[in-house]
Amino acid sequence: MAYVAVKGGERAIEAAHAWLAEERRGDPALAELSLAQIEAQLGLAVDRVMAEGACHDRGLAALAIKQSRGDLIEAAFLLRAYRTTLARFGASEPLDTGAMRIRRRISATYKELPGGQVLGPTFDYTHRLLDFALAAEGAPPPPAPRAAAAEATMPRVTGILAAEGLMAPEPASEAEPGDLTREPLAFPADRALRLQALARGDEGFLLSLGYSTQRGYGNAHPFVGEIRMGAVTVEFAPPELGFAIELGEITVTECQMVNQFAGSKTEPPQFTRGYGLVFGHGERKSMAMALVDRALRAEELGEAVDAPAQVQEFVLLHCDNVEATGFVEHLKLPHYVDFQSELEKLRELRATAQMAGQREAAE
Amino acid sequence: MTAADPSPGLTPGFAAPVPAAQSCFRALLEAMSRPGLIQTLTALPEAPAPLAPAAAAAILTLADADTPVWTDAGPAAEAWLRFHAGCPLVADPAAASFLLATASPPDLALPDAGTEEEPHRSATLVLQVAALEAGAGWTLSGPGIETTHRLHAAGLPAGFAAAWAANAARFPRGVDLVLCAGDSLAALPRTTRLEETR
Amino acid sequence: MRFCGELNELDVRLSRLYHVPMPTTPTEPDPTAARRRWMGVLARADAATLRTRLAEAPPLPPHTRLRGPETGLVMARGRQGGDGAPFNLGEITVTRCSIRLQDGTVGHAYATGRDSAQAELAAVLDAALQDAGRRPALLAAVIEPLAAAQAARRAADAARAAATRVEFFTMATMR
Repeated sequence: MAYVAVKGGERAIEAAHAWLAEERRGDPALAELSLAQIEAQLGLAVDRVMAEGACHDRGLAALAIKQSRGDLIEAAFLLRAYRTTLARFGASEPLDTGAMRIRRRISATYKELPGGQVLGPTFDYTHRLLDFALAAEGAPPPPAPRAAAAEATMPRVTGILAAEGLMAPEPASEAEPGDLTREPLAFPADRALRLQALARGDEGFLLSLGYSTQRGYGNAHPFVGEIRMGAVTVEFAPPELGFAIELGEITVTECQMVNQFAGSKTEPPQFTRGYGLVFGHGERKSMAMALVDRALRAEELGEAVDAPAQVQEFVLLHCDNVEATGFVEHLKLPHYVDFQSELEKLRELRATAQMAGQREAAE
Repeated sequence: MTAADPSPGLTPGFAAPVPAAQSCFRALLEAMSRPGLIQTLTALPEAPAPLAPAAAAAILTLADADTPVWTDAGPAAEAWLRFHAGCPLVADPAAASFLLATASPPDLALPDAGTEEEPHRSATLVLQVAALEAGAGWTLSGPGIETTHRLHAAGLPAGFAAAWAANAARFPRGVDLVLCAGDSLAALPRTTRLEETR
Repeated sequence: MRFCGELNELDVRLSRLYHVPMPTTPTEPDPTAARRRWMGVLARADAATLRTRLAEAPPLPPHTRLRGPETGLVMARGRQGGDGAPFNLGEITVTRCSIRLQDGTVGHAYATGRDSAQAELAAVLDAALQDAGRRPALLAAVIEPLAAAQAARRAADAARAAATRVEFFTMATMR
């Protein structure tokens, strides 16, 4: 494809951007939305932008949402662009989600489990009826009830299954994982790279792919072993100190999807895991990610690869909404020369056909 | 308090890291585009001995966490580089993206010379010399030099000219060289030819 | 997650019940563990909170900046399946600062977010806390109150979570 540099249009662009700024602000008689309000009251949008922008910073994500007028893909794009201006200090110690300070933790495989089912701040069990009370400005809601907390951390469901030998253990390894922000993806991609791509992937795309595996495109029979959401401590070992220190806490959501595995010549029948981990409170995304992660493990588990969600190149090259929007939206850019050549070709074809027709008529 | 803390004795890096690294990068770009022409740096870091300011500035500008560095400058300089550039330090010259030599530069055949497919992945050697002087010494020619240019670098190891000719013979593979003395530097990209003038 | 806002009495009471992952005893046998602890507490406190605490502490010694304060990124890693090999989850903004006191003591600070003032204050505090003479007063005026507030905040969250724990009436196990 070819592009032509075109001059002109600056005044039109400036006017368009001025109008955009006016539209973004909306009616000046209304109070302006503050970043603190976005962070606090549109928290799940902030979480989604951080996850898909692959950059955890609530304030920056709120700013991106304000700047993009609530276009969350545009906001993720802004966050991705901003992160390229920052130096990387290094990599954290792997987050210990087993030590998560739980805000929500549920399992669909065990009713009674150590630590119990903790619903947390969930939309589940709401009636999905529009609440017109929210349309009227009113007093803040009463504080949520509190109860004595017995323990802060809870064992993982996968651990319970693993203790019985029913769950395939994750191979222990401290190998330095590949990083697709530093080296372009190559196929086949190992699971570390696949999980990185899925963690920053588009929620909608992964949701649809995950759904397809349930509907028969991939023969999955998943159970939610566990979903947990809460705060984990970020630890980092600066070289000048020589020991790890705590940098703070972030909220993450983790999903362990339990799938059946028929076994092979060397392994007995057991359960296998699909894994989802995302920044913030992103339950749907973590579940979709876990379904797709499991589907992408088909090859290593000796299963047939015949559904879209099982095809690495298809999933990993199309799950990034910043890349996808870039390539789809680039079609808006001037393609004058490309199109001119197509136009000429078409005219030529038509002229040739017309002449042939005339010749036939004359004969 | 902790005996393991290797940071006491550390000195600051660039006073204003972003503008200083940008102006040093500009000087390095000029130096590489006009081989042998001496560039004087203005924003210099407070580097520990034996590092000269220009050599320290060049490494601080070029190296980061993704570029392994080899150096013979000793533990104080290593701690300073690790702290300010955030670069991993390696003992094997062949494993480094940048090499910072103060007293005993490695054989020019040792650093990574890139591959025929990707010659730009080669290493750059920052070599600290006693003095740089224009208008004397070698006669330089090659891309970026209209006719010839003269540069004298004092304190290079014996046999350097022959090693440099061998480096040029591997083109497009090869290493590039940044010579530093005090607050000045001059570059010899692998395409520059040297003639010893008497 | 940073503490901001008022504590109520329940939070404070719950913080005593709640398991706090880091040791709270002010006298630590291992100097690295003690330093790790105060650096972790400082990383969770914003600049305004630090200034409030410092108003009640002896003045901090003068310092020179060695590096930063500067904001960059740390790649957060997770583990495959939660407990397997590491993978890169995504980056986090982190601000760091390193300073030197006149006696040569170096202080470091790293904290999530982009609060440069926090990082610099935390680095000076890290250096000052390494001095056995200054330590007790700073621990008492800055670190312990911050640690208590942070623990109370965690306890409040845990208490809200505990209130949403489902109590089943049938007690049959499904395993």
